[in-house]
Amino acid sequence: MEWIFEPWPWYVSGPLIALIMFLLIFIGKGFGMSSNLRTMCTLCGADSKADFFDFDWKSQRWNLIVVTGAIIGGFIGANFLSNDLSVAINPDTINTLEELGFSSAGEAYLPTELYSWEAVGGIKALIILLVGGILIGFGARYAGGCTSGHAISGLSNLQLPSLIAVVGFFIGGLVMVHLLFPLIF
Amino acid sequence: MRSIGYLLIGIFFGIVMFKSEAASWFRIYEMFQFQSFHMYGIIGSALVLGVIGVQIIKRKNLKSFFGQRITFIPKEKSFSRYMYGGIIFGLGWALAGACPGPIFTLIGAGFMPILIVFAGSLLGTFLYGLLRKKLPH
Repeated sequence: MEWIFEPWPWYVSGPLIALIMFLLIFIGKGFGMSSNLRTMCTLCGADSKADFFDFDWKSQRWNLIVVTGAIIGGFIGANFLSNDLSVAINPDTINTLEELGFSSAGEAYLPTELYSWEAVGGIKALIILLVGGILIGFGARYAGGCTSGHAISGLSNLQLPSLIAVVGFFIGGLVMVHLLFPLIF
Repeated sequence: MRSIGYLLIGIFFGIVMFKSEAASWFRIYEMFQFQSFHMYGIIGSALVLGVIGVQIIKRKNLKSFFGQRITFIPKEKSFSRYMYGGIIFGLGWALAGACPGPIFTLIGAGFMPILIVFAGSLLGTFLYGLLRKKLPH
C-alpha cells in the first residue's frame, strides 16, 4: 500500500477519471466542473444583472456537492495521502523554469513564486493569479465547458465542438507558455 | 442518500486530481512544453476508456442505476464560441496552472492563494454573462 503515498502514475489516474465520469453518467448526471462557477454566480445574486444567470440553480445542487467533495478530497490527498509534496517534473523543464525565475521547480507542488502569501503580497503574483482566474472563468463559459466537460466528457462522446474547444485550449496554453511567459516572468 | 453519493464521488475526484498531480501548476507547464507524457497519459487513457464506455452504453442501451435511459446531449454546433472560448480558457489554464476542478482541490489542499484564482474565475464567469450577447457564438 506504500504506492498510495507516492504520486499516482497516469495509467492509474486516467482510468480513475474515466470511472468518475461513468459513475456520474450512471447516476444520470454528467462530468463537468466549470458549470458550478455559473451556479455560484447565481447564488451570489448575478441573476439580477444578466439573464444568463437566471436559471433554476437547484437543478445544479448535485454538482455543488461534487465540488464540495473535491475540496475535501484535496485536503485528504495533501494531508493524509502524501509523504512528499514535491512534483518530479522533467529536469529540462526545471532548468527552463529556473531561468524564468522559478527556483521552487522540482521542489514543491505549486510554485512558491506565485502561490505563497509572500509572492501575492508583491502584487505581480496577485495580478497573475487574478487574471488567470478571469480567463479560466470567462473562457470556460464562453466555450461551454472546461477540461472535464470538453476534453473528457465531450470527446468521449465524439463531439466535434469539444474537439474544437480542446484545440483552442492548447492554442491558448501554448501561446501563454511559449510567447507570453518570457514577457511576463 | 444521493447527496452522500455525490459527496463521495467528489472526494474521490479531489483525491485523484491531487495525487495524479493534475492539480500541479508544474505539470501543466511541463505539458505545454511537451516534456512529459504524464498529463497526456492521464487525459488520453481517460479518453480511450471514455470513448469505449460511451459506445457500450449507447449500443447496449444501458440504463442508469435508477433504471432510467441514459441520454447524451449533443453539444450545439458552432465554431467560433468553442475556438475563441477555448483559447481564452487555455491562456488562463497555463497562466494559473489550474482548471476548474483542481481549483477546488487546491483550496482543500491548503494553498490559499488559489482563492484569488477562484475569485477571478467567478468574476470571469460573471463578465461572460454580462457580455454574452455581444460575443460571436
